[in-house]
Amino acid sequence: MWFFLVKRCGLGVLIVCLAVTALYLMIHSIPGDPASIILGPRATEEMKAALAVKMGLDQPILIQLFNFFKDVFQGDLGFDVFSQRPVIDIIMEQLPHTLILILVSIMWAAAIGIPLGCYSAIYQNSLFDKISAILSVGTIAIPSFVVAIYGLLIFSVTLRWLPAIGAGDSGDIADQLTHLILPSLAVGLGWVGYISRLVRSSMLETLGANHIRTARAFGLPERVIIYRYSLRIAILPTITLLGVGVGYLLSGALFAEIVFARPGIGKLIFDAVSTRNYPIVMGSVLITTILFVIVTTLADFVNALLDPRIRAHA
Amino acid sequence: MTELILDVHDLSIDYRTPRGKLKALRNINMQIPKGKIVGIVGESGCGKSTLIGAIINLLASNAEVTKGGVKLAEDELFNLSKKQMQALRGDRFSMVFQDPMTSLNPVVSIGNQMIDIQYRDKISKKEKAAKAAAMLDKVGIPDPESRLSQYPHEFSGGMLQRIAIAMALLVEPELLIADEPTTALDATLEVQIIYRLKELQASQGCSILFISHHLGVIAELCDEVVVMYSGEVVEKGSVRDIFHNPSHPYTQKLLQCDPAAIKQKTRDLPTILGSLPDLIEVPKGCIFAERCDSASANCHENKPKVSQLNDNHMASCHLLNEAGALYA
Amino acid sequence: MTVSSLKQMLVMPSFEFLTGFKLAIKRLCKEPLGLLGLILVTLIVGSAILAPWIVPHDPIAIDVLNRLKGPSAEHWLGTDQLGRDIFSRVLMGSQVALKVAFSAISLALGFGLLLGLIAGFGPAWLDHIIVTLFDTVRSFPTIIFALAVVTLTGPSLTTIILVIVVTSIPIYGRVVRTQTQALSAQEFILAERALGASMPRILGVHMLPNVIGQLLILASMDVPIVITIEAGLSFLGLGIQPPTPSWGTILNDGYLFIRNTPWMIIAGGIPLILCTLGFTFLGESLRDIFDPKLRKDI
Repeated sequence: MWFFLVKRCGLGVLIVCLAVTALYLMIHSIPGDPASIILGPRATEEMKAALAVKMGLDQPILIQLFNFFKDVFQGDLGFDVFSQRPVIDIIMEQLPHTLILILVSIMWAAAIGIPLGCYSAIYQNSLFDKISAILSVGTIAIPSFVVAIYGLLIFSVTLRWLPAIGAGDSGDIADQLTHLILPSLAVGLGWVGYISRLVRSSMLETLGANHIRTARAFGLPERVIIYRYSLRIAILPTITLLGVGVGYLLSGALFAEIVFARPGIGKLIFDAVSTRNYPIVMGSVLITTILFVIVTTLADFVNALLDPRIRAHA
Repeated sequence: MTELILDVHDLSIDYRTPRGKLKALRNINMQIPKGKIVGIVGESGCGKSTLIGAIINLLASNAEVTKGGVKLAEDELFNLSKKQMQALRGDRFSMVFQDPMTSLNPVVSIGNQMIDIQYRDKISKKEKAAKAAAMLDKVGIPDPESRLSQYPHEFSGGMLQRIAIAMALLVEPELLIADEPTTALDATLEVQIIYRLKELQASQGCSILFISHHLGVIAELCDEVVVMYSGEVVEKGSVRDIFHNPSHPYTQKLLQCDPAAIKQKTRDLPTILGSLPDLIEVPKGCIFAERCDSASANCHENKPKVSQLNDNHMASCHLLNEAGALYA
Repeated sequence: MTVSSLKQMLVMPSFEFLTGFKLAIKRLCKEPLGLLGLILVTLIVGSAILAPWIVPHDPIAIDVLNRLKGPSAEHWLGTDQLGRDIFSRVLMGSQVALKVAFSAISLALGFGLLLGLIAGFGPAWLDHIIVTLFDTVRSFPTIIFALAVVTLTGPSLTTIILVIVVTSIPIYGRVVRTQTQALSAQEFILAERALGASMPRILGVHMLPNVIGQLLILASMDVPIVITIEAGLSFLGLGIQPPTPSWGTILNDGYLFIRNTPWMIIAGGIPLILCTLGFTFLGESLRDIFDPKLRKDI
């Protein structure tokens, strides 16, 4: 178990390092030199030279890369072009909004998707199974930003039931929750389908396994067989999917944040792209990568905790 | 007449397949007397697994009982409701399956699995765990208390099969059904487990239905033997009758093919030529006629009757009808 | 092994496209969802091909006097903020969407095939590197990757296609790799090698026919994903640039005027939904008919 932990964390650090290098190379592969891009077309030669020295651009590339790494691991992601505030501070302000949105979305999607998939497997080929299969494909196929816009059109603009923009007053929990409904609907809807299909197929596989036949041969109650003996195994691929799927979740959150003008890392990146605010874009992409690595690693750990086999083999 | 624990009478089972109905079992008759060990032998595909499925009432969804039934003591199993049947499983009979590595739940500890199957008993969890440990001790698992918290992958195949046997005996069944329990194990382990099983059977007084294609194991363990071929019982009788006076040509061939019975060094192991008949279009004569050396035109045309060779030795073969006395 | 059986083994894996195609249509018609998918896809592909001839108005002609008008006999789906006919723009949008999908998927398929073969046949360390790359790329948020690229290169059609190609290569590469590894261990390939067949011959005669069916099914299932990415980026203003019509830009225009003209959103979104649903239903039915094993990859 400890070996597994160390190995998995090592891989995570490796991916982050690769991402940092890739980012650095990307910044430096921009046509033209970074200083003039950051300062804009009206910068004078002296200003560019000063910034180049400040950014260490006059040093050999390997040293630059080393310094870049050093800064990143010290939490120094540079400064916002406009406000001159540290990028890391700006990101840390926005991040919680995105995390809450993702968490709420995935939780409601799992709360519906897991039972849906579970019962589809138990009553395989029943009417319920067929309807839920069509619903699942449907929810997967419809793009999340279309769900967001249609939700906005129907519930905010036409019916005026739910607020259209923002994240709600920071002190008012109820207000914040009503502001979460539509965005989390948009982000989570497709996941209902993903999760239910995955749970269904792994549940079917588990229910056909030899050990379930053994449990049946001992006359164990169906409820024990399903919840204690099957679902625990069938749920494992779903946890992996959630880990890997955090990327898709972030994409979904970005659209929801833009459509509903909700603060968050997605909207931050988008606004920064529109204003060509490189430090913010690169910092946010880096933080997203780190988040992504943490979540996938975490999913592997949860898997290992639930599945004694992985604990042993890894 | 001795008291029967299991009575399979006239049982016929079809599987619905895309090609048509596959007649997997046809008119099976076999009994298990109380306190006896009965073995079933036959090559793969002869319907052994379907028969077990029918007895524990866990058949595949495309299987259909077309005739006959199974009686456990006084209860006609096919008349029971789903609930009543579930109440029987793991109480009056229990199972040991073929592959120990996959037949225990990988994510629930051995102890919890053994506690779960005692869910009918009104005793505390602690007492259940103690009973489980005691039973593990009986099947020869060293240090049973501490092993209760371990998971299946932490045991070897032989250990797991002992655990499976311990689980099956833990519920104190009237009938224990063992489906090739030693096939996945190596020979020395096989012998150990067979002796352990025999000992425990004697002390608990249950009956055992033991399925195997290993004749040596059957001869060692069982009181009576049922020989199956392609979904039919071709011969049954006491171990002595079957091994010393095999009367059906298939049984005779089967005994010749047993590697343990071959005394001389040889390059070619004896085999039964030909392959199993198609069970969708079942041949109208004797089911073994295609592969039988002594088959006559009669054998291909008509079904043989059951010949009673002595009190409980029976075989279905035309040769016996004509010259039954010769064999009896 | 006799010579004739060897021959049979060598000939067997060839894929008969025509019979396969006929069979697919026949089986599809029996499945309601597959049939629905087929009809939707035929409709969308048909209108995409015929779009330049059947549009009632020039999709980029500005008519400021008739801006933001509701549906009428003249403009079936109304006009946008510049007075352009939305129905014509939606029709042309289908052509843009399919163009992007077709070019991006063919490129991804080609590169995926190449990388998959390298991973499958090449040394273990190379295989390891390629698989790790595949995994990382596949799970990294596409849109955020796209945003990072767009920041550097600016929005354009090429950028979209580049992003989509990079993110879809693993889908094909993985399948090719698995198939290659499974196949190269099979008897008839070993037999071919023993007979002295060259690598290109083995690849061309055995590998491709075996793998191409799977790749095409995956490609048809990838179409809705690609179209969604294109529409999404265009919606953000980072994809197809005005005045070229795309479902994403129509949705974006509609989003800006959501309080005045809801039909713009409806007009941009419904075809997109029908298109993704159609290709998904078709792709999944094709997979179920030909290759149920692929199901595991979700």
